[in-house]
Amino acid sequence: MARFAILVFPGSNCDHDAYHAAKHVFGQDAHFVWHKEEALGEADVVIVPGGFSYGDYLRSGAIARFSPIMKDVIRFANDGGLVLGVCNGFQVLCEAGLLPGALMRNASLRFACKDVHLRVENAETPFTNEAEVGQVLRISIAHGDGNYIADEATLDELERTNRVVFRYCEPDGTITPEANPNGSARNIAGIVNAEGNVLGMMPHPERCVEAILGHGSADGAIVFRSLLQHVGETVAA
Amino acid sequence: MYTAVVTVTLRPSILDPQGKAMQHALHDLGHGAVQQVRAGKHIEMQIDAASAEEAERIARQACEQLLANPVMEDFAVTVEQAEGTPAA
Repeated sequence: MARFAILVFPGSNCDHDAYHAAKHVFGQDAHFVWHKEEALGEADVVIVPGGFSYGDYLRSGAIARFSPIMKDVIRFANDGGLVLGVCNGFQVLCEAGLLPGALMRNASLRFACKDVHLRVENAETPFTNEAEVGQVLRISIAHGDGNYIADEATLDELERTNRVVFRYCEPDGTITPEANPNGSARNIAGIVNAEGNVLGMMPHPERCVEAILGHGSADGAIVFRSLLQHVGETVAA
Repeated sequence: MYTAVVTVTLRPSILDPQGKAMQHALHDLGHGAVQQVRAGKHIEMQIDAASAEEAERIARQACEQLLANPVMEDFAVTVEQAEGTPAA
């Protein structure tokens, strides 16, 4: 059974969704880790969940990044442990320096809460090995600060090393400015670190693991199935 | 005691949608002369330091570690002796 450690900051609000997906939908072991803890405990996967840690004060993720637990998350990631940051979790991982770039205010200045389409750009990561390159997923977003930015050299490096994992696209997989919900550079919705064991993404796969709760889409399940495949678990759901 | 005032702004190369929105609103109000608006953050800190130089060093460190994100932001720091406190 795979062990999921799910961080909880003051203001996290997708921690229970992540727990429900890991524990009840995929039948795995899951436990919450309060941000004041200093050790993750036994874990195969760490999820940094969505929400508004510390009320997004200063910058999204900027304060959470210094919570006591983050030292162990950085240690875990540097040891090759699997870390999935969703939405605010992506922001925290960027602030912590585990992923390059930053998430700015949406170009529209509006909070974006809707389903978007994502094209899988790399299907060889621990998070997407059950998907195919070019596959289109329908997954929810809910964020005000999802506008991914990095300098041109970093963006080129991300593309050259195939570290852009998901891009916002049309339902048919075409990449257009109209499909970009927040102004992200090059329609980037999710990236991995150089080693491939840390993924940050703005859309919420944990909200779309059951069709009945995911506006008819269970496409987010592919991220969990990939993780379980990667750690050698038989996939139940 | 010193007062450090930190101004954090988006780097010039980065489009500032808040500034754009304010500029549009100002144009709607008839202020066509306003050519550019950039938004930022104003942060004040009271710093207990032995000298203005030390207070500035602490303030700059605070900016580098936490208050500004160098991926997208620049910062400026000014330090003054806080009102009503003796010179160090």
